[in-house]
Amino acid sequence: MSEAFSFELVSPEALVLGGEASEVVVPGAEGYFTVLANHSPFMTTVKPGIVDVKMSDGEAKRIFVRGGFADVSPTGFTLLAEQATMLEDVNMEELDADISAAREAVANSEGDKKVKAETKLAQLEDSKTAISMAMN
Amino acid sequence: MASLKELRNRIASVKATQKITKAMQMVAAAKLRKAQMAAEAARPYSERMAKVMANISAGMEGSDGAPKLMAGTGSDQTHLLVVATAERGLCGGFNSSIARLARDKARELMAEGKTVKILCVGKKGFDAMKMEFGDILLDLVTFREIKNIGFAQASQVSEQILSMFDDGEYDVCTLFYSEFQSVISQIPTAQQLIPAQAPVVEDADAATDDINYEYEPGEEEILEDLLPRNISIQIFRAILENGASEQGARMSAMDNATRNAGEMIDKLTLSFNRQRQAQITKELIEIISGAEAL
Repeated sequence: MSEAFSFELVSPEALVLGGEASEVVVPGAEGYFTVLANHSPFMTTVKPGIVDVKMSDGEAKRIFVRGGFADVSPTGFTLLAEQATMLEDVNMEELDADISAAREAVANSEGDKKVKAETKLAQLEDSKTAISMAMN
Repeated sequence: MASLKELRNRIASVKATQKITKAMQMVAAAKLRKAQMAAEAARPYSERMAKVMANISAGMEGSDGAPKLMAGTGSDQTHLLVVATAERGLCGGFNSSIARLARDKARELMAEGKTVKILCVGKKGFDAMKMEFGDILLDLVTFREIKNIGFAQASQVSEQILSMFDDGEYDVCTLFYSEFQSVISQIPTAQQLIPAQAPVVEDADAATDDINYEYEPGEEEILEDLLPRNISIQIFRAILENGASEQGARMSAMDNATRNAGEMIDKLTLSFNRQRQAQITKELIEIISGAEAL
């Protein structure tokens, strides 16, 4: 059994999950990464995707996050998520609506903003595939 | 002197008003508790955000790579004032004190020859500002239809503010809202959003600065991603504080109104009784003097 470390998943509206975890997999800006106990201090942005948490009591949790920020410090791991939903509660229709809104934004913007909108759209589509894969 | 019937009607109507204000006070008290809980729940996020911001910005100090949102555009000619107020009235001086603070600031900036633009969040602020600043009011964002204001609404506001900043429409952005102190005291506050001021963190946390963090992709990229997010958070916090303040202000305003109505009922009842007695005495005198005349 691996060592435990303190893990907190915080969204602007509430503390979603807090406690001792033994393993957390996070969709980082440059690819998925896994945090175990005694990870070196590390900071990165998070893409929309699925976070896999193994609590120290063996309970596994899968949470869909929409963008955010990960802060691994010697005292523990804090994940600041713009929006966090338990995987089973994800509202696919809402996500679809956001995707089509993002598509429109790509069509209506230009220059720098277009690049930003395109990234957002790609991320949303990625997370949709991730969710539908995880659900099946 | 009003007739007995008039007095009776008056008392009935004041009693009805008192019932309404009493009910409003109780509703406000229940909503206040909810609003306070929401504000409390949001606290961990903004605290951790502030800590991370402080960590990174401490490392960035002095370097030229600081993003625009932090360093500013280099001028302070155009100011954007974001005035966050409530959607409804009947809450004492809550809306007007925020509007007054914003108005004073706008006048001061205009006297210095700066350009001022105003964005209102909440209908009451818009109503208060449009008399004097109708021509520089940009827009009104209202959440009247939305029952539970969440982070989505806050990020909608911040997106609007940020896209205006990207288009170079202003240099400095200040947010006006009311800080919740207690039920009887709410403090109208002005907070500068852009350029962002690095949050001050207590010394105890400063010790962690010595740790060598690894950054992915890089410090600057992270900061660039973090700053817009921080603005959403600040606005979200302001909206939550405002929500609690509004309910607190309404609660004390309605408490006062209920008490005033009670006093008024007492006074009216007194004069009603006095008049009724006067009438009875008058009738008695008439009967007695009529009997004596026989």
